[in-house]
Order: sequence, then C-alpha cells, then structure tokens
Amino acid sequence: MTGQTDAKLEQVCKIIEKHHSDGSKLIPILQEIQEVYRYLPEEVIDFTARKLKVPAAQVYGVATFYSHFALTPKGKYLVKVCNGTACHVKKSIPVLNAIVEKLKLSEGKMTTDDLLFTVETVSCLGACGLAPVLVINEDVHGMMTPTKAVAEIDKILAQEAAK
Amino acid sequence: MTLDLKKIAESYRAKVEDRRVIVCAGTACVANGALKLIDALKAEIEKAGISVRVDVHEENKTKKDMYLSKSGCHGFCQQGPLVTILPEDIFYVRVKPEDAAEIVEKTLKNHQIIDRLLFIEPADGKHAKSHDDIVFYKRQKRVSLKESGYICPEDIEEYISEGGYEGAKKAITSMTPDEICKLMLDSGLRGRGGAGFPTGKKWQFTLVNKSDVKYVVCNADEGDPGAFMDRSVMEGNPHAVIEGMLIAAKAIEATNGYIYCRAEYPLAVKRVRKAIEDARSLGILGKNVFGAGLSFDIEVMEGAGAFVCGEETALIHSIEGQRGMPTPKPPFPAKSGLFGKPTVINNVETLACVPLIMRNGAEWFKKLGSPTSAGTKTFALTGHVANTGLVEVPFGTTLREIIFNIGGGVTDDQGKPMPDGFKAVQIGGPSGACLTPEHLDIPIDFDTVKAYGAIVGSGGLVVMNKTTCMVAVARFFMQFTQSESCGKCVLCREGTKQMLAMLDDIMRGDADEETLVKLEELALAVSQGSLCGLGKTAPNPVLSTLKYFRHEYEAHVIKKKCPAGQCKALCAPEIDPAKCKGCTLCAKKCPVNAIEGAPGKIHKIDSEKCIKCGVCKETCKFGAVI
Amino acid sequence: MTTDKFVLVNGQEVPIEGEKNLLELIRKAGIEIPTLCYHPKLSVYGACRLCVVEIEGRGIQTSCSTEPEPGMKIKTHTPALRNIRKVAVELFLANHKVECPTCDQMGNCKLEEIARKLGVNEVRFKKKKDFRPADTGSVAIYRDPDKCVLCGQCVRYCKEIHGIGAIDFAFRGKDTYVTPAFDRSVGDGECVNCGQCAAVCPVGAIVVKKHISPVQKALDDKTKTVVVHMAPAVRIGIGEEFGLVAGPETTGKMVAALRKLGFDKVYDTVYAADLTIMEEGTEFVNRLTKGGVLPQFTSCCPGWIKFIEEYYPELLPNLSSCKSPQQMMGAVMRELLPEQLGVKNEDLFVVSVMPCTAKKFEIRRPEFEYTKGKRDTDEVITVQELARMIKGSGIDFANLKPEEFDMPLGDKTGAGVIFGVTGGVTEAALRFAVEKVTGKVIDAKDLDYKAVRGSEGLLEATLDVEGTKLRIAIVHGLSNAHTVCKELLNGEVKYDFIEVMTCPGGCINGGGQPIDFNQAAKIERRTKQIYEADKNMPRRKSQDNPAVIATYEKLLKEPCGEKSHHLLHTHYYKRNF
Repeated sequence: MTGQTDAKLEQVCKIIEKHHSDGSKLIPILQEIQEVYRYLPEEVIDFTARKLKVPAAQVYGVATFYSHFALTPKGKYLVKVCNGTACHVKKSIPVLNAIVEKLKLSEGKMTTDDLLFTVETVSCLGACGLAPVLVINEDVHGMMTPTKAVAEIDKILAQEAAK
Repeated sequence: MTLDLKKIAESYRAKVEDRRVIVCAGTACVANGALKLIDALKAEIEKAGISVRVDVHEENKTKKDMYLSKSGCHGFCQQGPLVTILPEDIFYVRVKPEDAAEIVEKTLKNHQIIDRLLFIEPADGKHAKSHDDIVFYKRQKRVSLKESGYICPEDIEEYISEGGYEGAKKAITSMTPDEICKLMLDSGLRGRGGAGFPTGKKWQFTLVNKSDVKYVVCNADEGDPGAFMDRSVMEGNPHAVIEGMLIAAKAIEATNGYIYCRAEYPLAVKRVRKAIEDARSLGILGKNVFGAGLSFDIEVMEGAGAFVCGEETALIHSIEGQRGMPTPKPPFPAKSGLFGKPTVINNVETLACVPLIMRNGAEWFKKLGSPTSAGTKTFALTGHVANTGLVEVPFGTTLREIIFNIGGGVTDDQGKPMPDGFKAVQIGGPSGACLTPEHLDIPIDFDTVKAYGAIVGSGGLVVMNKTTCMVAVARFFMQFTQSESCGKCVLCREGTKQMLAMLDDIMRGDADEETLVKLEELALAVSQGSLCGLGKTAPNPVLSTLKYFRHEYEAHVIKKKCPAGQCKALCAPEIDPAKCKGCTLCAKKCPVNAIEGAPGKIHKIDSEKCIKCGVCKETCKFGAVI
Repeated sequence: MTTDKFVLVNGQEVPIEGEKNLLELIRKAGIEIPTLCYHPKLSVYGACRLCVVEIEGRGIQTSCSTEPEPGMKIKTHTPALRNIRKVAVELFLANHKVECPTCDQMGNCKLEEIARKLGVNEVRFKKKKDFRPADTGSVAIYRDPDKCVLCGQCVRYCKEIHGIGAIDFAFRGKDTYVTPAFDRSVGDGECVNCGQCAAVCPVGAIVVKKHISPVQKALDDKTKTVVVHMAPAVRIGIGEEFGLVAGPETTGKMVAALRKLGFDKVYDTVYAADLTIMEEGTEFVNRLTKGGVLPQFTSCCPGWIKFIEEYYPELLPNLSSCKSPQQMMGAVMRELLPEQLGVKNEDLFVVSVMPCTAKKFEIRRPEFEYTKGKRDTDEVITVQELARMIKGSGIDFANLKPEEFDMPLGDKTGAGVIFGVTGGVTEAALRFAVEKVTGKVIDAKDLDYKAVRGSEGLLEATLDVEGTKLRIAIVHGLSNAHTVCKELLNGEVKYDFIEVMTCPGGCINGGGQPIDFNQAAKIERRTKQIYEADKNMPRRKSQDNPAVIATYEKLLKEPCGEKSHHLLHTHYYKRNF
C-alpha cells in the first residue's frame, strides 16, 4: 500500500514539475492529479499547496469551486446524465431517477458503497440532437429512456460480476 | 521564408481522390456508432477489392480508388451517423455498420442510390438525395459551418486547400494592425458569445494599450445548456479558430493565445490540440510566423466545470488558477486582462468568422446580415421541433423561418407534428427570454430581440409546445443559474436562490399574488444590480415569462391551477360539462372514488377526495377532463 | 469654473482630487453611500452591491470600482438604486443568523446599521434555517460562518496585507463560505492570530475570542492574588470605548477601573518594554560590534514570530532572542512578586491587557511555562474585553478619578510607550544604542528620530552614528515582511536592524483594539496620540527607567547576562503548517 502511495505521490511531483511549480497552472495540475487518484485527497491538496507556495485554503477554494473536482472518491463508472435544456424537455429527469433508484442512491449520496458507480447530472454535453443523453465514462448513449438507462447499468453490473 | 500555402494546396489536391466517402465523426455521430461504421465500411470496401485510403498522408503515394474520411459535426445529430458520398453528393442518414455492405455494393460499385438511407422530409414524405436537397439545409446560409461536415478536421492540408490560412497570411504579411481592426469594424462583425460587442472596436481598444505581452483568448467555454455551435466548429473546423486567433494576434500585437475549452467536449479539445500541433509544425504558429516577424503560440486549457467562466473576467481568473469569480469592469480586459496584460477575448464562432472576412471582404460579410447585425448566426434549434440541430442563417431571419421552415414545425412530446402547437421559443439560454407567437415575424438580430427583453446570446433556441408550463420553464433556467452562480455578489447568489424558492412555491401552490409582486421586484433588482452578466441576465427567463405569460403565473397563484397541467401539485382535474358524455369510465378508474355521476349524466370530481393522480385524464376519450 | 475636473453628483459639482474611486469622491461631498465590502487598502471587490450609483451613459455601476472621470454625471439615490440596496440588505438578512442581542458584534454591526438607515423593516424572503458549526479552535478569533456576508474583507486582508491566505472562499453560489482548507480550524493553520480579520469584519462572523470568564473567575477567587499589566497601546485605545480621548487622564481612569474590577495590583507592560530595550539593544550592539548575525530582527510581535517560524526558518538566527515585553513581564513577576507580595506562585494569577489577539497565542507557547502547568502569563484580555468587563461591572468609567500604577513595575519611560506604534521599537532602541555606542548622552531635543517614523509599509532609514552607518528597515503588514525576507535571502538588500510588526500601524491598530472601520483615520489618530504620550513623559529613554535600573541591580546584574538569558531570552523553532 505504501509503495503504491509513494508511486502516486511521485506522479504528483512529476505533474507539478511539468508545470514548473507554477501556481497559475493550479487548475490543470489538479485535473491531472485527479486523474491519478480519481479524486483530490486532503493530504495531496496540502502537499500540492506547499509545493506551489499557494495557501492550502486557496487550493481548497479552487478545488471546491469547480464541479469537476471531487474531494471524495468517485466510482469506477462515472454516470453523467445530461440535464441541458434539450435533454430536460425530452425527459432526462426520469432517466436520472431510474438510475438513482436502480443503484439505491439518494440526493446527498451519489456514489455507491462499493465505489463502482458515481451518478452526476451535467448541463449540456453538446449532443442535443440525441437528447436525452447519458454518458458512462467516455461512452455517450443517446435517446435514453429510463428502461434503456437501467439496461446499460445492468450490462456493467454483469460485466463486473463476471470478473 | 514565407510558407507557400498554394503549393501545399496543390500537392494536397494532387494526392486526394475524387471518389470519397465522408463519415461524420462529431460527438453525436460517434455516440451513435460512427467509428464502428467507418471500420465496417473500410472492411467492406476492401473486401470488394477496391483500394481505399483512410489517411491522406500515408506513405504510399499511389492513388487509391477512393478516400474514406472523417468529418466534423453536420449539426443534424438526431439523424446520425451521417455519410456523404462524393462526387455524386449522396447524403445517407442513420447509417448502421450493417448497412456498409449494401452501400459498397449498390452505391460505390454500381452508383445506385439506396432510398431507405435517404432523409425523408417530415412535411411531404419525399426523399432527399443530397445534403442541399434537404429543406433543413437548403434554407440555411451556411458560411462558418460550410466546411464542417465536409473537410477532415484533422488534416491541416485540406483546410489549406480550401483557402485556409490565406487570410492570416495576408493579415500578417501585408496589413497593419490598424487596417485589420478597421476591416473588422467595416465588416460589422459583432461578438457571437452573447453581448454582440463590435469585434473591431474590441481589438482597437486592446491595440492602443501597449505592452510587451498581450493575449488573445478564445472563449470556448460554451456552457449554455442546449447550445453546441462552438463544439461543432471546434470539432469540424478547428483551423478556422486558430486562423482567426492569428489574425487577432496581428491586429492587437499579441504574443500568446489561449483556448479555454469546456472539458465536457473531449473531442473538440483533442481536435483543437491536434490542429495547434499541425499548425506549429508548419510554422503557422510559433516564432516568426510567415516570416513576417510575428511570434504567436496557443495553449489549450480545459475548463473544470463552471458556467460562469464564460464571463470574460471569470475566465481570466480561471486561466490564472483561481476561482472563476468575475471582477467589476472597468478595468476592461483590453486594458488589464490575463495576468494584468491587455487581452482580447473572442468567442469561437466570432473567431471562425474572421478568416472568412479576410478572404471575402468586409462588404461580403456585411451584406449577409441585417443592417445592424452583419453576417450569419448559428442557432442550436432544439425542443419540440421536427428538425433539431444547428441552423446557420443570416441575421434578420425570422423565428418563423427557423422554426417552421428549417425546423419543420412544432411537434408533440413524441415528436409527432403538432401544427397549432407552438407556444413559445426560448432564445439565448439561461440568460435569454421566452418569446411568443406574436414575435414569430420579428427579424432576429442583436438589437431587435433586445427590445423584447431577450438576447441572441450564444444562440440557443428551444421550441416549446402547448403542453409546456412556462413557470416550470422559468424554474428550469433559474435552477441552472442558481447552481452556477459564483457566489460573489449578493444579488445573484441570494437573489437566484430566493427566486428559485418563490418559483417552487408558485408551482406547489404555496404562493399568492403578493409572491408575484415580490418576485418581480427581486428580479428587477438582480438584473439591474448584479456584478456580472450572469447575474444581470439570470432573471430574464422570469421577467420575460412574467411579461408574456402572466396569466399562467396568475392561474398558479390565484386559481391554484397549472394551465399546462405540468405542475403536479396544481393538477386537480375538473370535468368540462360540455364535453362529458357520462360514460362513467373515469369514475370506474378513479382509485379513490372521487368522481361522482351516473351513466349519461355529467360527472363531477370531488376535489377534497382527489389525489391528483391523473388517471381520469388519461382515461377520458373525449378530452373532457381538464 | 470649468467642469472638466468635476464630477456632477446629484447636480452638485464635486472636484476630482486624486480619489481612486467614485465612492471616496461621493463621501467627500458629504453624501453617505453604504458598503460592506469596500476597504480602501484592499483590492476592489464589488460584491455587496450597496454602493451602486447611476452614471449617465453607463447605467448602474458600483461606485467603489469606478474611477472618477471629469464630466461624469452621477445620481446616488434614485428609485432603482434604493430598490437594489433594500433588496440586497433583505437578501443579506435572510441568509444571516440573526441573533443580534447575544451577538458579539452588537453595537458595531455594519449590517444592522445599514439596515436601520435604509429603513429595512421586514425581510420578505425565506430565512436560512440550517446552520454550520462555528470555528472555536483558535485562541485568537471566533468564526461563525452563518453570520458571514461574504464581503471578502477578511480573505483579502489576510492575503493582500499579510501574504498569508489562511482563510479563503470555498464552494460556490449559495454554498459559498469562508474557511481554511477542509474546514479545519483557523487555529490549526498558518494563521498568525493577528485578529485583523475580526477588525475588518463588518458583522459578527469573525470576532475576537473572549477570555473574560477565566479572568473573572480568578478575580472572584479569594485565594488568588490577581495582578494585571497593560501594553502601551491599550491606554491609547481604551478611551474610544467610552467616548474619551487618550491621555494621562484616561490612562488614570483605566487604572482606577482595574482596581474597581478587583485586580490586586495594576502594573505597566511599558516597564517590560524598557527592559526589552536594555536586552535587545545590548544584543544588537553586541552583534554589531562583535560580528554577530545581522540584520537583527525584533521579536516583540508574536504574529511576526509565528510568521518567520513558518515561512522563513532559515532567518531564525537573525531574530533577537529576547522574549516579548509581555513574556518578560510575566517572567519578572513570577521571579519577584512572590516575595514582594508574599504569595505563592500558584496563587499568583497574571493577566495582561493587550491590543493584540496574537498575545493570547503567545502565552500558550510551550516554551513560556515558568513551571510546568503554570504559565508565565495566565490570561490575556484585549482592550475590547476590558471595556466589556468595565461596562458589565457597572463602572462609570468617564467619571472615575484617575489613579496611579502600582510600583515599582509600573514605572516607565517614553521609549517604552512608543512600542505601540510602528517604528517605535526602533526609535526606543536607538535612544539606547546610540548612547551605548557613542558613550554620550543624547540631548533631549534630539530624542525624536523622525527618520524612523512614517506610515509606509516598508520604511528604510540610514543613520550615521559617529561614522557607523546603521541601515534600518521598519516593516508592518506581513506582505512587506515577505518582501524583505525574500530580498534578504536573495542577497538583494543589506540591513543591520529590522523591526517587524504584523499589524499595519503597529499595536495601536492591533486586532484587539476597539472596532473602528476607518483604518486610515484610526491609525493616524492613535499614532499622534502615542507620540504625544511619549513627549509628555518625564523620562524618555529606557535606560533611565528607575525600576529597570533597580531590577538590574537586584536581580539581573547586567543586560544579556546569565540571569537575563535564563529569564528574558528564549528560542524559536521552525514550524510546519
């Protein structure tokens, strides 16, 4: 475990070095760190703040301002339900509700306990012609219905169970 | 040494095949399986013994039988994946990998058209053979979107072969900054990102502020839900944006460029990055561009999820590594922008217009639009409309033309035509307003719509049919701005929260007429007093619906009824005595026995017992339950 | 008269005389414009929207962010502006934990004042119901985010004036609040406890942490002998709480009030300031003449001490090893008073009254334990707390008959008094060191070292002492300390002596002083008063303080000697945060 932690921290150091410890590159730095950990752990934020000579409160302020940054671990599968205008008028909320219900999530809790899924809403993915749209990690699924959405989740659950 | 663009164009044309199959590889088409389709097509073509090129720059210089290429977004995503076959210009829609064999056999080998893959006009049921036969495209004026959907966005040479970078070369090698600014001013180009500020003027203001470092920033943080024209340009024609930035750089004497792109657009980011690399390797970006002494390079930064970063001062702070909180203007970025240096911030669509103006002249551009708003504008047409997609039309086009002719008319929830169904169109996204049937014939340009309390904004057009509750629409947008408010100024932070709470009260039946007075007063204060554009325009959806659909609000607060039947809490059904036939069906289906009435007699709903489940309404064959 | 140098405010011509913004210009014209987020020393923020005005041709703008331009026509109280202000105040109040009668800021609350002036008599919006826990983990300040109006003055002050940034905004939109990283307590981070965030907070969201109870408990405990001493700047500030001007009269009333509160002995920290000069001055002369590490930094400001320990540990050898006057006072008291007063140390309760919140932190530093578990100083109360104790005990301060300090630890000189203002420690040290180096007595008329007086955040002075050039820097506001430290480390500058005070203006503007939102005016006023106090002192050089002389004779023998080293000097350590 420690070895893994060190390896990750080394990656963080490399990221910071790549950006020349430049505080103005904080956002890309955090984006890249989040790719390493899939979220921004407290000790890594503190570490980064010290390295960049930026107050930790400021880094925390940036990390909590932008919706892409997560301070708690996200699931292996990030399920984004688009609720842009086009998707909303084409009933994206029932799609969201179906997924939330399927995964037994609730408003304050959008990541499953097994860290398999995190469900989020996003405002417009720019694929309005396919509304309503669902994105699971990188894969875009268009013209969703609650039934189709649950089927996609089931597919992943089956894959995972097979592992 | 000056780069010889003509030579690059010639060599490109010499090596590319006339026979060409273009598959749309925009975000939506990829989501619909475009990449699998390409693989299938390639396999089938090769199986048929036809030699095919998939990369025009591959080592083998011998001519192939055909060229299978990818394009950017056509803006007609609901019909994807889209395939164009040249030189016949056949346009296939909703093509599946399973169709590949048939396309190769019939169309590519035997020049036959497969009718079932053609687009069918919703209006008359006729098949349209090519792109330009489709009313949706025919009635548009595609200028900035012309090349998207045709050229390969990952091939700089093809862009050059279409005349690309000639404008930048001209600007950089033979024009002064003043001349370029003046050309833009003469063209009448105004910012496409929302406010419509004259681009030439913006550049002039930045040019006069001398500094060793200046920035050109491309605002590609297209955050309006329901708008995706910038994504389409970046995916389909990224070099046009880079060329626009180069021209801007020369005009304001800039040294560095940034493209601030939404991270929700990974494909756009990828294509833009590739385009920058390619431009750099040709010497179009970097030191001493076109041998004329200009040094300019571009960095791409991905947003991290904050709509407010579309506001220019917030965007600047975001690039600087800070919270995206706007600061008061003045000072304007032209004077003190990114890292305190003079900065020009232009939107993607605006920048994509710049090379066209360079190429075709200011007069050409000016003639395209309306007297006060030159050129064309791309709208993202969505909602209850037959053809959803990107619509580029000259400024001055009417909403009627866009919605009923290009868009093919209003539909119901299931997408079926609803001829008298038009209720409203929301223009300009969360900062915009709802317009009504009486506004269908006003010419759409920056100034006209403003007079009606709306804005062109980034160009979202959401069509709404008669089943839409306008209070719910206002609430949808308020929910959005509330969650995207940066939280800095009190009017926007607390004001949007309170407006949302009031709209919720109205929809729940917990409001009275006093609420409407309060809502209006609050909306006015927020729109007049907020710090930035987001706050100032946040009340627009409320103010415009209060203005044009006040009766709906009044119905909610006085009669406690939602006329559109959307607000669950207010949907106490009633029976229209004129329509009720006394069939008893509703009374039988009612789960709580709230409906009284004997066969043949007019039925009545006991509102005390009714649980507003809506079963009676669904059951009634005569539309008597309202 | 031409109009090109005027702004027309409500039809009245107001000349432009270098005002940075319209707000200052409008106020100069005698028109009151409310604001919660504007601070003339900080960057423009523009968040409270209360200072909006209508500018012809430009519409509604915040006056704090708009530069006056000749010919501008502005209106300050149109119906639209009144509506914006009223709505804004209602929105603030709807989102505010309204508990005015028990709120620490009661009486000083700007939100309350503005609401009253604008005639906001109802809040028509939904009121906030869910509250966050307050941050009680700091010994210097208390933070209640639910009272916060997000004006950002604290955030900007900490970042811009001090270059620290211990607190910042987190989250966004309606969820925005001010906090250290990860909701940790501000007491656990890089905060230097200066309390300026509380001084600028217009509402009760950040206030000085109060330690009245333990002091009151000791006063009520008959077995305790409670002694008190107060810092130089306290006598300057205390009158403001009672509408009195600083001066010997007010100082005497304060002594009387302390006795009425039940303190057994009332001493003066200024005695210890004089003692500090003897030690720190000798240390400096030693470094100067014997080739020690230079420049020598002063060490009496606990905010600065924590700052250098955190950010510049490599410069710790430059820091004077002297304890601060408060800590010297405590140590001397623990040494002398048991015998003098016939009391055991565990029954001796030492209270200091300070203009400073960082002093609350200082007494709790582990190295300042006289004996294990018994601190040199038991408790610190600020001027604000003392005023509250006096008011709470029904004492009619204004009509008290002035009384004298207890002796000998109440004896003092003018040199010790000016410790309370920026440049004062340096001036006091010069009055000692120059005599020591030259061996000649300074003429009374030459005692004012004007070169080290001034309001610049980084003041440089070179003094010629019989051919020896002393290069001096006087710094207040820790951003300036960042600058000096970085330049020193880069070898860009050379100094012999550097005085650092955390708070702009020095202790007269400490975080524990009475609240006055006009920083420039209060610094100017109190600076004048403290120099006036020095001028009126019969003795103005620390070395002339009879009590100090007696202390050396009886206890310490010589400055920087073995006993001094044990009692009056300390070590500082690299600190991680």
